[in-house]
Amino acid sequence: MNLHGIWAIYRFEMARALRTLWQSVATPVITTSLYFVVFGGAIGSRMQQVGGVNYGSFIVPGLIMLTLLTQSISNASIGIYFPKFTGTIYELLSAPISSMEMVIGYVGAAATKSVALGLIILATSTLFVPLQIAHPLAMIAFLILTALTFSLFGFIIGVWAQGFEQLSIVPALLVTPLTFLGGAFYSIDMLPQPWRTVSLFNPVVYLVSGFRWSFFSKGDVSVAWSLGFIALFMALCLILIAWIFKSGYRLKS
Amino acid sequence: MPVQPILSLAGVGKTYKSGHRALEAVDLEIHKGEIFALLGPNGAGKTTMISIVCGIVNPSEGTITVDGHDAVRDYKKARAMIGLVPQELSVDMFETVIATARFSRRLFGRAPDDGYIEQLLKDLSLWDKRDSKIMALSGGMKRRVLIAKALSHEPDILFLDEPTAGVDVSLRRDMWKLIGRLRERGVTIILTTHYIEEAEEMADRVGVINNGRLLLVDEKSALMKKLGKREMDIALVEPMTTVPGALSEWDLELVDEGHKLRYTFDAQAERTGIPSLLRKLGDLDIGFKDLETSKSSLEDIFVDLVSEREQEEAAL
Repeated sequence: MNLHGIWAIYRFEMARALRTLWQSVATPVITTSLYFVVFGGAIGSRMQQVGGVNYGSFIVPGLIMLTLLTQSISNASIGIYFPKFTGTIYELLSAPISSMEMVIGYVGAAATKSVALGLIILATSTLFVPLQIAHPLAMIAFLILTALTFSLFGFIIGVWAQGFEQLSIVPALLVTPLTFLGGAFYSIDMLPQPWRTVSLFNPVVYLVSGFRWSFFSKGDVSVAWSLGFIALFMALCLILIAWIFKSGYRLKS
Repeated sequence: MPVQPILSLAGVGKTYKSGHRALEAVDLEIHKGEIFALLGPNGAGKTTMISIVCGIVNPSEGTITVDGHDAVRDYKKARAMIGLVPQELSVDMFETVIATARFSRRLFGRAPDDGYIEQLLKDLSLWDKRDSKIMALSGGMKRRVLIAKALSHEPDILFLDEPTAGVDVSLRRDMWKLIGRLRERGVTIILTTHYIEEAEEMADRVGVINNGRLLLVDEKSALMKKLGKREMDIALVEPMTTVPGALSEWDLELVDEGHKLRYTFDAQAERTGIPSLLRKLGDLDIGFKDLETSKSSLEDIFVDLVSEREQEEAAL
């Protein structure tokens, strides 16, 4: 195991975030605060409680999920896309490091960053709304698992992308809409049929629901379904990554 | 010469997905501690060959062995021994010089060693710039950074892909000096170039590659003799039918239906024999109206080598 190699990549990726610490942290914190002002303050004050939870508190897990998904994807995808773009990938490919070790370095760093952001947003939200976490360990587990899974997904996008616009296309056209429609700001029980059933095909519903359960002991679907879905998606990403390295897809000719 | 070569290629070929055949089954053995120059024009397959050995391009066929380790099955051990300086100036613009050297060392599986990195950067005149962002450096400095990265993990084999392409004279001299020092330390060096002089200056052995074929591999001195042939055409006032016996000392032949006398000589030799030949022509009262010397271009040499080899193959 080339532990030095993994650590080198991990450190490199973390250093990249620290160099841009201000925008890495300030952007999500400001965005989240705006959500609280708009949804929690302006709209939430006119809304009833959702499932016995104050609306401002209710949206916290969804907001964290939204950031977690988009940040995991963009961190990991830029991490591997950038060396491809600048040509420095030659060094990674010529290094005595296995593909899995490379993935651990890149995905580990991307997941670390988005978990840290998730916790920062959680801390920020306590400034705006009362919050209690029913299952803290489960909450952390969901946070880490989701960050890892979507960082893997981001890694795949980074390998696939052949331009900067392709890098942002998946988060912008797929992940953000799915998150908004995935019950980040409402319970899918609030939807009329057939939209409630349609929503069950949205994978993000399971992520938000499971994460919300860890806060309020209540979700749109059962926790088992949520965990099962994350596991399934993670397995798919791992299979795809294994195939990428085996075939050399867009990395090696 | 050691029994086991430090690097050996057996039947290594590459066909790209586009169908382009970049490399024809290459067999090559590199000895420990030598400087080997791969000489060939642009697009000859030099970079493809290096990229395959370093793991950047997958070979279509053939096997590569690095000090006994198969470069595919046992790639970690094989690659840990190799450092690569690519042709392109691909560097992390936002990193500092010292950070990128440290990164490379760890990436290649070595524990940090600040003393070694310090010495390395000093050897490459980069120490004063260690905390500069790479983007602030000149092109020549960036190339030094690439060399520092390639040497950061103390490789046994160093690949230099066109090390002096687009590099100014002083850096080229420095580069040659550095290569000399590395050789003293026992590092095996394989470099590609399309300058004959560069191969001549540094290499122990030279391989000539063109159109994906390794045409020949030879000791430099033997090759330089072959490559160093020049010709001088002497346009005669009166055409001749035979070369006069008095001129048998020189390597002469008649061309252009006896209108020209062609003298082939070794440009590397201290005495070319031209002044004495011209004096002798005067003594013999052979009138000539023009002289033209030609240096074989690299292109001509390749053409010669190819036809020579084809003839040899036909003779077998």
